[in-house]
Amino acid sequence: MINFVLLISRQGKVRLTKWYSPYTQKERTKVIRELSGLILTRGPKLCNFVEWRGYKVVYRRYASLYFCMCIDADDNELEVLEIIHHFVEILDRYFGSVCELDLIFNFHKAYYVLDEILIAGELQESSKKNVARLIAAQDSLVEAAKEEASSISNIIAQATK
Amino acid sequence: MALNPFSSGTRLRDMIRAIRACKTAAEERGVVRRECAAIRASFSDNEQELRHRNMAKLMFIHMLGYPTHFGQMECLKLIAAVGYPEKRIGYLGLMLLLDERQEVLMLVTNSLKQDLNHSNQFIVGLALCALGNICSAEMARDLAPEVERLMRSRDANTKKKAALCSTRIVRKVPDLAENFMGLAASLLKEKHHGVLISAVQLCTELCKASKDALEYLRKNCIEGLVRILRDVSSSSYAPEYDVAGISDPFLHIRVLKLMRMLGQGDADCSEYMNDILAQVATKTESNKNAGNAILYECVETIMGIEATSGLRVLAINILGRFLSNRDNNIRYVALNILMRAIAVDTQAVQRHRVTILECVKDADASIRKRALELVFLLVNDTNVKPLTKELVDYLDVADPDFKEDLTAKICSIAEKFSQDKLWYLDQMFKVLSLAGKHVKDDVWHALIVVISNASELQGYSVRSLYTALQTYSEQGSLVRVAVWCIGEYGEMLVNNVGMLEAEGSITVTESDALDAVELGLSLYPADVTTRAMCLVALLKLSSRFPSMSERVKRIVSQNKENMVLELQQRSIEFGSIIQRHQSIRSSLLERMPVLDEATYLMKRASTTQASIPAYKPASAVTPGDLKFPNGLAKPAVTPLADLLDLSSDDATATTTASTTTAPSDFLQDLLGIGGTNLPTAGAPSSASTDILMDLLSIGSSPSQNGQLVPDLSLAQAEKKHVSAAPQLVSPVPEPVDLLGSLSSSTSVSGTKSATAVPQAVDLLDGLSSSTSVSAGLEDACPSITAFQSATLKITFDFRKQLGKPQESTIHATFTNMSSSTYTEFIFQAAVPKFIQLRLDPASGNIVPANGKGSVTQGFSVTNNQHGQKPLAMRIRMSYKVNGEDRLEQGQVSNFPPGL
Repeated sequence: MINFVLLISRQGKVRLTKWYSPYTQKERTKVIRELSGLILTRGPKLCNFVEWRGYKVVYRRYASLYFCMCIDADDNELEVLEIIHHFVEILDRYFGSVCELDLIFNFHKAYYVLDEILIAGELQESSKKNVARLIAAQDSLVEAAKEEASSISNIIAQATK
Repeated sequence: MALNPFSSGTRLRDMIRAIRACKTAAEERGVVRRECAAIRASFSDNEQELRHRNMAKLMFIHMLGYPTHFGQMECLKLIAAVGYPEKRIGYLGLMLLLDERQEVLMLVTNSLKQDLNHSNQFIVGLALCALGNICSAEMARDLAPEVERLMRSRDANTKKKAALCSTRIVRKVPDLAENFMGLAASLLKEKHHGVLISAVQLCTELCKASKDALEYLRKNCIEGLVRILRDVSSSSYAPEYDVAGISDPFLHIRVLKLMRMLGQGDADCSEYMNDILAQVATKTESNKNAGNAILYECVETIMGIEATSGLRVLAINILGRFLSNRDNNIRYVALNILMRAIAVDTQAVQRHRVTILECVKDADASIRKRALELVFLLVNDTNVKPLTKELVDYLDVADPDFKEDLTAKICSIAEKFSQDKLWYLDQMFKVLSLAGKHVKDDVWHALIVVISNASELQGYSVRSLYTALQTYSEQGSLVRVAVWCIGEYGEMLVNNVGMLEAEGSITVTESDALDAVELGLSLYPADVTTRAMCLVALLKLSSRFPSMSERVKRIVSQNKENMVLELQQRSIEFGSIIQRHQSIRSSLLERMPVLDEATYLMKRASTTQASIPAYKPASAVTPGDLKFPNGLAKPAVTPLADLLDLSSDDATATTTASTTTAPSDFLQDLLGIGGTNLPTAGAPSSASTDILMDLLSIGSSPSQNGQLVPDLSLAQAEKKHVSAAPQLVSPVPEPVDLLGSLSSSTSVSGTKSATAVPQAVDLLDGLSSSTSVSAGLEDACPSITAFQSATLKITFDFRKQLGKPQESTIHATFTNMSSSTYTEFIFQAAVPKFIQLRLDPASGNIVPANGKGSVTQGFSVTNNQHGQKPLAMRIRMSYKVNGEDRLEQGQVSNFPPGL
């Protein structure tokens, strides 16, 4: 099971956090500080796993961003690397060659994507196409609601003119 | 709607930009504070149309680590809204800002229930997602029927989300497992990969949660699983699920994992999956990570189930390939499974021993750590010596921060296979020599216990340690063990007692042995434990080598003025043992009785490493707990006062009554002669900090209010004492008393009649001035003991002038408690800025010995902040004893209130 997902920039700024196990706000801050200290200092040729408090943290660096997932000791580290890559590929497809700024300004969208990939710390969909389709459908639902709202306000505006 | 002045119209994007533009953390805090204020205002104005945006902003602020609890209720409102966009952001906020432990979460149960029954599949999806990510046990119980129903839904998206949501429900409430097992098994017949993956994960969770579910799934879905795995592994290229040429590795891995759960301890089930496992193990491409991930899981499953031996060989071969892979990730996981494979097939793992040993020396800390754990498991009677040698050799070049782990492992290997004591000692000596700096305390403690028990090897040990010390004196714990052994077995070192056959003889003189201990003292000026051990060793050597006792005394006395109370105390005590108590010395300093190994091991197992084991000979503390009220300094401790022929007065006796024991008992305890079962086993470590605290409280301004009460009671006790004791000035000075004390002081220092005369004049001067002033004074305050050490006592008496509360006249009396006269006595005082101080000349500068007479000095203080701040004062006394300079200082903070 994935206990939490962290996206940290090379400078140690948090870009996304998702907690599937309960951590208090204080613990969260501590975890992030500890892990960024552990991970950001590791050399490029080393393995992508860090043992931490009886868990394993699998991380992978994409440009300036570190994608980290904390898993139980008996989980498959190599597979989690694939899950990270799966997530990144879907983000890339969704934003169109994703960069850190996309994730900063549209952080909520990154969360929506993640929610279509993981639930309860487990993988829910192995098809990138399916995830993209589901996100698109929900985005258009939001667009439709917005249009409706603006057309209603237009009608009200015209009626009260 | 009233226009809110705080309600800024900034968009989410603008806020993020503003925060990113901040140059300093303070600036960022400012922006966030402004935004939070605006969001709060907007919330309280109930601005519907801004809710969506506010929540998004709040999530961003939350991610930066600022408190956002005020947005929690807003999440609930958004979730309860009708539209999809509101619900979407509301659920996201709920998952980010809340977790399962918050009470607020219970309020959302109803909304969730409604949304789970919604006609729109995406709204159902949102609710399932939120429930799956953060539901508590109560919510899980309440909403389980809804989720169960949704697993039967026609829509694949809803089905997979409901299945994963159920995994969380089962995790939270394992008794619900039976409700889900039938549904989970039926979902395995689906075609949709998302549904399959979710269903397989649910089955895995059910197996963990309930035995019945495990049995049920063994019976009902093993065929289905084998079919899924066969289909997916032999399917033709499917772009949708393709990862590096492999079709859906995620599904592969999850099915393999579930197979492991089902096959564990069940021969029939295992038999059923043998073929497909062999197929996956042989046919999966291993040139990409995805393929290796599958092989890794497959090997684990083969190791976990009752596999045929042929299949096991296949798995071990894959591991061999992994282990020699150049990719660090692959090597890491290989080491990981080898750990588990040891239980199944030790021989197969032993074959890779050389490679594993290489991994201990890897540049990557994660790999090193794994490999070291594995080596530890691989050690057995036959290979322990070569393996230990490898590890010890590696110690020399290992990373400093890896040495602690490495030494701990080597030591526990050596201990585990320590039938050959000589070999064990040799290994330990090597470890201490190479990495003594990094060895944890319990390791060298254990070594001392072993040496103490191995009577035939004590001579060898002390000689080896002595030799090692010459080369590796920078290794802290080597020095400690060596010094301890030299102290205990010094004569074996010098006389070559108990030579082993293979041992070359060395010539060490008594003075060489002393040199070694002195080296320890000089090299570790700041290490209290090492120094204390050195002092004990020196004391013991003074009895082993009587001819050296003068030199020992000299070295010991160098610590008489050490800033660390413990060392100072030891130094003075030991000095007096060497000097005056030769009669008891040899019996006092006998070799320690053999330390009980069994008791120690038990204690070590039960206590954490933090506590100092009781056998430790030089635990840096005394048995009593030395606590003094503020303003009392005690460089030397009273329990020894009897030994030192000091007359301890009643007042100090009351404070130290609890710590005072019969001197001989005390020393026995100190030297650890009481045996191993000291009742104060846990106390030493805490006592040592107490001493430190006391030391600190003397130097700095102590503000512990709790100390005030004992101070006052002490002051009162002191007052009683004062009125009884003739040599001290009583609250109302009576000329007769003073003259009496004068006469006694002159009688003591009768030989120095020349100085006695001006002293008498001074005294009379001081007397006349104080009595003349006392006419206009009121006696309002009790006298206090402003300073007390074993050598010096100072009491203050107070006078206050009527109508001038801020002014006080203080009359200080200095009494010499030691056995030698103080000359050139000077008293200095310093006060904070708000106090003015005027010192009158002292009555003399010679304080007679043994409390037989005293010097007095008057001074007046004006507290300009009277009533707001209490009086405080630092004092310093310098004097000479037999021509040697002495300095004592302290802080007086026990002034009576109202000064």
